Amino acid sequence: MTHDEIIKALFDETMIGNAPAVLELTNAGLAAGMGPDMILFEALIPSLEEVGARFERGDYFVPEMLIAGKAMSGALNILRPLLAETGAETVGTFLMGTVKGDVHDIGKNLVNIMLEGAGFKVIDIGVQVSPEKFIAAIQEHEPDILGMSAFLTTTMPMFKVNIHEITKAGLRDKVIIMVGGAPVTQEYADAVGADGFAADASTAVRIAKDLIQKKRALINA
Amino acid sequence: MHTVVQSASKSVTIGHDQPFCIIGERINPTGRKKFQELLRAGDLSTIAIDVEAQVKGGADMLDVNMGVPLTDEPALLAKAIKMIQTITDLPICIDSSVIEALQAGLEAYEGVALVNSMTGEDDRMEIILPLIKKHNAAIIALPNDETGIPATAAERMVITEKIIRTVEKHGISMDKLVIDPLAMTVGADPEAVKITLETIHLIREKWGLNMTLGASNISFGLPNRHALNAAFLPSAMSHGLTCAVMDARTPAINEAVRAADLLLGLDPWGGNWIARYRAQEAAKNEG
Repeated sequence: MTHDEIIKALFDETMIGNAPAVLELTNAGLAAGMGPDMILFEALIPSLEEVGARFERGDYFVPEMLIAGKAMSGALNILRPLLAETGAETVGTFLMGTVKGDVHDIGKNLVNIMLEGAGFKVIDIGVQVSPEKFIAAIQEHEPDILGMSAFLTTTMPMFKVNIHEITKAGLRDKVIIMVGGAPVTQEYADAVGADGFAADASTAVRIAKDLIQKKRALINA
Repeated sequence: MHTVVQSASKSVTIGHDQPFCIIGERINPTGRKKFQELLRAGDLSTIAIDVEAQVKGGADMLDVNMGVPLTDEPALLAKAIKMIQTITDLPICIDSSVIEALQAGLEAYEGVALVNSMTGEDDRMEIILPLIKKHNAAIIALPNDETGIPATAAERMVITEKIIRTVEKHGISMDKLVIDPLAMTVGADPEAVKITLETIHLIREKWGLNMTLGASNISFGLPNRHALNAAFLPSAMSHGLTCAVMDARTPAINEAVRAADLLLGLDPWGGNWIARYRAQEAAKNEG
């Protein structure tokens, strides 16, 4: 197979969530001398972006998005150490957790899979995350973005508490903060002082990328 | 096991030998921006429209949730319950994750309410159960705790057992306890519905408790959700589900539930089924 054929096949097989084929093609690509960054940025990421676009249009459904993301994750497990060696710029690091008092994680996990699929390094610190734990994780991992999830109207107010504590700890300008979850709205996200909100996993990825780009542009300017 | 829920003038019995109890949802502003704005402005008119739609659809009870962010939820819920009691005699399921709102709702309600819901977390149970006892209400309990939503039926059974012990300790009888064995979307996990059905079966066998679900969860993220929900409910009923919080406006789902009542011997000689058919025919002829 030529490099172009491998790229096309990777794109197609990721789209349909064929994990074994994606794994095999990734290995074949590396054996054929393709760089890990080429495989990631020319095949896998564009494929997942197409999956996301179809989902947003209503042409793709949750299971299809999930298996595509999982197929992509399998390939990333091979590529990640190689990418680290080449020193390629990562898309970004995303720290994720469900707020204190809340144990819901299906939506959060879905966002994680899509973020990983888009090339993010995702650190998931689980459910029932206290403000102290968020702060410690920000200090430890220095993420570009912190994502907080809440599924209940009663746990949503933790966004504000956490942001307040993060500000008090002097970390607010070090990290972009995104919030999400079933009852959350843009209006609510604005009210608690978050930088971004998305109603679904695919939009979350798009907004995460936009926010990082804006921040990097600001720093480089 | 009979769980009896009452309004001032009407009584509904939930049980394994009773027709399935449809708890109409949608009297709930979550995710409905316009509705939230109206409620914030003190305009309850949308509630009346939603109540009418659920009643017309065939709900046996109404789930009422007033979880509007950035408002005084206890006051709003009490006001909504008072208002709803003037327009329907269906019993109410008071739905909030805010304990003060549950309290205000119970105080505003005339009758025997069902409360939705509490988890198996010790601190939540210790606050909610005294309220349930004081108001002679029934409570929906979810077998999850501070560690998350258990992935297996066996783990859900362990937390259910803990809930039962705690309810007993508070001197509340088992007919006041309705377990929600947790329904998750099959779109995110192919085994999700199997695990829910297994949990329902085990709870039915071991304790014979009444059970409810947020039934429409199972089809989240999938196309043609009504067909999935309509296939799910009869199956869950045959495993031991006795009620569900669901949108009563969808005829396909309601028909599936009422058909299952008849097929499972809960509507002897098809009395309800036939009466329903006659009413539909009569409505057609009038139209």
